[in-house]
Amino acid sequence: MGKILAVTLVIVAIVSAVPIVMHTWPPPEDISTHGYAIDKQMDETMLEAGFSFLAAQLLLALFIWQYAGRQKQDKLKTFPGGAKGLVIAALVLVGSEILALGVIGQKAWANVYFAPPDKDAMTIQAQAGQFAFYFRYPGADGKFGGMHPDKIDEGNQNFFGLDPENDVDSRDDIVAAELAIPANRQINLMLHSKDVGHSFYVRELRIQQDFVPGLDLAVHFTATKPGRYEIVCTQLCGLGHYNMKAYLSVLFQEEFEKWLKERAGQ
Amino acid sequence: MRTKQMLVALLTLLVCPCLLFAGTVSGKVSYTGTPAKPKPIDMSKEPSCAKQHATPITTETVVAGANNALANVVVYISAGAPDEGQVPQQAVTFEQKGCQYIPHVLVMHTGQELKVLNSDQTSHNIHPLAKTNREWNKSQPPGTPPISEKYDKEEFITVKCNVHPWMRGYFAVLKTSHYDVSKDDGGFKLPNLPPGKYTITAWHEDYGTQTSDVTITGNETKDVTFTFKAKAY
Repeated sequence: MGKILAVTLVIVAIVSAVPIVMHTWPPPEDISTHGYAIDKQMDETMLEAGFSFLAAQLLLALFIWQYAGRQKQDKLKTFPGGAKGLVIAALVLVGSEILALGVIGQKAWANVYFAPPDKDAMTIQAQAGQFAFYFRYPGADGKFGGMHPDKIDEGNQNFFGLDPENDVDSRDDIVAAELAIPANRQINLMLHSKDVGHSFYVRELRIQQDFVPGLDLAVHFTATKPGRYEIVCTQLCGLGHYNMKAYLSVLFQEEFEKWLKERAGQ
Repeated sequence: MRTKQMLVALLTLLVCPCLLFAGTVSGKVSYTGTPAKPKPIDMSKEPSCAKQHATPITTETVVAGANNALANVVVYISAGAPDEGQVPQQAVTFEQKGCQYIPHVLVMHTGQELKVLNSDQTSHNIHPLAKTNREWNKSQPPGTPPISEKYDKEEFITVKCNVHPWMRGYFAVLKTSHYDVSKDDGGFKLPNLPPGKYTITAWHEDYGTQTSDVTITGNETKDVTFTFKAKAY
């Protein structure tokens, strides 16, 4: 019985490792300039964690196989020389591995989160609210109008609480339900939540960042490949969470300018 | 024989004077100034709704017609109505279709049955923001039976959908069945009014209310016009 368990263990371990080693389910195409670092980090983590996983499973199977036929009255032999040194060695090994992953990973992380955006980055504001995303462009004057929560009137498409009557800066602000951006230009996206916690996630961009009510957080990225990608909310935000999404349109520069001009006329 | 005929005539007069003296108030609602342009609604996050509209629909806050006509204005008798307390048996219907409320403004009598339909392939969550009446909000997945509700007190209620932020409608709960909603040409008509003094009120979701006093003396049609001041923003 014990030997069957050992064999099953080896089979399960190997079968579960196969799709990872063979890259059966590759991540979606990376369309960002920083994504390669994150993908590399994921690969390294997968490799090291996978190797440790396989080693641990095979070792476990080996012991099960070895002691499968043991009679009840048999006494367990103590490990020769005691196991203290081995336990310490294992702890140091695993500890340093996790530490190394963390230190290397900081580079990929800091690239996105700690480095300030470029001076010529284009600033766009994203607002999440139950259960839709809206995006705001500063318009011709390059300035965002102030936000007044009491002016929010969603039935009238005033999602950001703008006050065009009294606030000149807000008059040319462009509000859209999709995030259109030019390719190969850095975007500085400011995240603002209208109500509860939400999250901005685009798989192809390798960006996932929470919206936190009361905090204006920002992420910056550069998309390289024109196309239409899905933006989904990945923070459970209520009844309609499953349906909270928008689209990211990465456009060529001329297309983007045309898009913006069309919106400005509305 | 003659006395009997006289009696019948007298009874008819007592029971339903409107049959003999049916006055009518009719007119037009318009605006002065330049109203804000309707804004297009992007429904791309809800493809089942977006594909129902060949051209993107726009906001219905101000629906203006030719010659400064103002539609979606509720015109009703706010004082002097002869039929207070008579609740119509028939239900009024509010439909959610193409991620829009149809009609945009729905008038009902206090106590009258309200049926809410979901004709879409997506879930809606209707949330009328009642303040004097009891507030409720109900989720309605596709294919579920109509929601049945009623309101006891007179109120203008803003209706929103908790799933689709762009959806907006209004309930006008009135104590009278003498009402009309102005059409695209701004026209309205309140027929079958027995002689008496009335206060006519016109309500618009963004421009507020206006009133006008009218006296009906017999079988006549009184013309009443309402002019709202448009807001540029």
